[in-house]
Amino acid sequence: MIELLNALLVIVLVLNLFALGNSRILSVIRIVAVQGALLGVIPLLVHERITTPALIAAVAAIGLKGIAIPAIMIRSLRAAEIKREVEPLVGLLPSIILGALATAVVLLFSRKLGAASEAASNMIIPASISTVLVGFILLITRFKALSQVLGYLVLENGIFIFGMLLIEAIPLVVEMGLLLDLFVGIFVISIITNHINQAFSSMDTRELVSLKE
Amino acid sequence: MLSLILVFAAIAAFALGGLPSCIISPRTSAGRVLAAVFSLAGGLLGLAGLAVFAFGSSLGEAFTLAQGGPASLDLAWVLPWGSFSVALDPLSAVFLAPVFAIPALGSLYGLGYRSDREDRGVRRLLDPFYGILAASMALVLIARDGVLFLIAWEVMAMAAFFAATSEDEGDEVRRAGWVYLIATHIGTLCLFAMFSLWNAETGSFALLPSQGILASGGILFVLAVAGFGFKAGLMPLHVWLPAAHANAPSQVSGVMSGVMLKLGIYGIIRVCSLMPIAPAWWGTTLLVAGAVTGIAGIAFAIGQSDIKRMLAYSSIENIGIIAMGMGLALLGRTNERWDWILLGLGAALFHVWNHALFKSLLFFASGGVVHAAETRDMDALGGIARRAPALAGLFLVASLAICALPPLNGFAGEWLLYLGLFRTLDIGGVGGGIISAPVAAVAAVALALIGSLAVAAFVRLYGAVFLGSPRSGQAEMVHEPRAAMLIPMAILAAACLALGVFPRIALIPIEAAVRSWAPTIPAGASIANIASLWWTAPLGTVLAAIALTMALLTRSFRRRARGAAATRAASTAAPGAISGAPGTWDCGYARPTPRMQYTGSSFGASIVHMLAFVLWPRGGREKAKGFFPASWRHEASVPDAILDRAIMPVVEWGGSYLPRIRVFQRGQTHMYVLYVLIITIALLVFSWMGA
Repeated sequence: MIELLNALLVIVLVLNLFALGNSRILSVIRIVAVQGALLGVIPLLVHERITTPALIAAVAAIGLKGIAIPAIMIRSLRAAEIKREVEPLVGLLPSIILGALATAVVLLFSRKLGAASEAASNMIIPASISTVLVGFILLITRFKALSQVLGYLVLENGIFIFGMLLIEAIPLVVEMGLLLDLFVGIFVISIITNHINQAFSSMDTRELVSLKE
Repeated sequence: MLSLILVFAAIAAFALGGLPSCIISPRTSAGRVLAAVFSLAGGLLGLAGLAVFAFGSSLGEAFTLAQGGPASLDLAWVLPWGSFSVALDPLSAVFLAPVFAIPALGSLYGLGYRSDREDRGVRRLLDPFYGILAASMALVLIARDGVLFLIAWEVMAMAAFFAATSEDEGDEVRRAGWVYLIATHIGTLCLFAMFSLWNAETGSFALLPSQGILASGGILFVLAVAGFGFKAGLMPLHVWLPAAHANAPSQVSGVMSGVMLKLGIYGIIRVCSLMPIAPAWWGTTLLVAGAVTGIAGIAFAIGQSDIKRMLAYSSIENIGIIAMGMGLALLGRTNERWDWILLGLGAALFHVWNHALFKSLLFFASGGVVHAAETRDMDALGGIARRAPALAGLFLVASLAICALPPLNGFAGEWLLYLGLFRTLDIGGVGGGIISAPVAAVAAVALALIGSLAVAAFVRLYGAVFLGSPRSGQAEMVHEPRAAMLIPMAILAAACLALGVFPRIALIPIEAAVRSWAPTIPAGASIANIASLWWTAPLGTVLAAIALTMALLTRSFRRRARGAAATRAASTAAPGAISGAPGTWDCGYARPTPRMQYTGSSFGASIVHMLAFVLWPRGGREKAKGFFPASWRHEASVPDAILDRAIMPVVEWGGSYLPRIRVFQRGQTHMYVLYVLIITIALLVFSWMGA
């Protein structure tokens, strides 16, 4: 069981790096969708027996992150008629290196953070933190609105992994609420990006600076 | 309990009354009428509550069921600190009376202030916040818990901000709003510190008198004077006051000046009542601060040419007088001289009422002028008494009252203070008596100086605005205001006269409040025993009779003079004759024009010049060229010494360096996410290092 879990988490980490290194937004959406679907399986593996909350969390995560959200995003990507992130703040290769470095540092230092001993796998905490960091890197370095949405998704995936530690402590309602928030948020952003695109003929969030005051 | 229920009903009526204005279309007058009806109802309910509180014991069986207990309430609430603890005591009641009366009258006045057409957006902001302002002031006064007090205090400050800046089209209004906002929050910060310290000292936020001496009593007192002084407008802390009052709608200025400033006074009195043992320097501090505030306030008032600014400075002066009364009372408590307490605090509380009455009347009346003339510059006004005699008469009553001339209420209040200050001359106290007595004696002189300067200031104001002939076309636009504006003013003027002629009516509740502040006062002592006031009624009658005779004489004289002039004009009417032939006292001017009149600035110039070392007037004149200069300029203004000469330069200096920090605000989400990331990592590292 734990081997399977660790393998899954490693795949998640690798997918992180893929997401960082790909300039085609469609591919990044697919990568994040696969990541989300894989994460949906984790609740079933963390504990010895399959409980109802874990099952519901798994189904909801796979349904939303693996299918619904990517579908919405691909739709809005088609409507927006853009293909790739043209000039990220940090280049693709440097951002892969940055992500890899962050992952390495987190893996090195996660033992010092404590709490790892109680977890089913000692990979959960480092995987979650490094996924969060990758989410941050995506958010900071990409300028297209859709790429930023992907950054938020990866960020949430990291939080979701962390939540696996606590799936019995955190009420199911909270977890579901989180997912619902995410879903609605992305739904809204996708609609808005469409409208922004129509109104300003650009999806570059740098153009939105004039709203700062 | 019934009294408290009525007070709560009043608070609810005030707070909710303005809300319909937000919803109902501003094209109809329904919203504003509803708001006025609600606040009138609130005012009446509140005053009824106070009446029940005052006469409750004698009202008989009808209320016994409803009363059922003391006028206090203590409920737990969800907040982690404090509790919802309210109570009504004589001190609160004295301050509550103007809180209920003045806003109610002001909302009636507001009905006539602007027409529906002029209103539009302003009402949506003004009505709700005006109501909330009144409600929160009442809540401040009944709160007996530090946390509840602070909440109510902050709501009051914010409501006043929104109400005062509701006409926010002008830059000047917005600037005044900013200065107010900053000043009030610095004050609130001091109060936060004070209540936290109080909590640390006594173990709870409950505002109950402490037993014995508190270790940090001195710091508490200083924080209270600073925090509440910002609201009241004690002299170096008054910076927000002139501009905010000048730029607010007139009923808001009236409520702010007449009522809200007094809540600062209430705060100081309340905090002092919590610490029954006071060292001598507390009283001396307040006495000196009061004298400085009074003299400087009225001196700045003389230099202003903006009517409402001038009235605002005069409010500062009156706060000074009240602070002097409080100082005397504190000295009395230190020296165990109950007559100082009775006269000092009695005078202070009496003056709180008086100032609420005549200053709101002055602001309402000046609002009538300013609204019609569309200018606040008194050098552009003039001759309004002929166009709006009722308005002029009401303004005159209030001016006389504020100058403390008998038989009006201002006199009765200051008379008590004079008597009290003179009583400090017989040095009989212990300890602090020897130091405090000379201070108090000097304070009497300061009070006299304030009084004489006030007379000069208001002669100048009344003369420049109401007498003479109009100095500009704007002054000619002034007309008698509508009945909705005149009725509240007439009620206020009548109250001024009533309290002046029968001051003993006011002294009954005020004495109860003084007793609740200093419970050690012996039972037999009363203000009426030490300060004879029986003669105010006969004096008032005599003065009224004299005034009436004078008025009749003037009228018949004028009629005769006009008849003579008419016959002379008829006899000299010849082709080519100069119309308006020079009279006997025209100093040889054949064609006098309104611009040759003394202006307010020229009237005040001598005093401003005399006090130049305090006022630092600005201005100058061009050098006249030739024997018959075609044009010549002269400018004079008195900017606020603290705000414009001390604070603004510092702020501007900072303003030229601090924008560099704005680099961090790029408006790009990425940067903000980066900041979040940096902070998160820093926290992680920090917690890791800690572990």
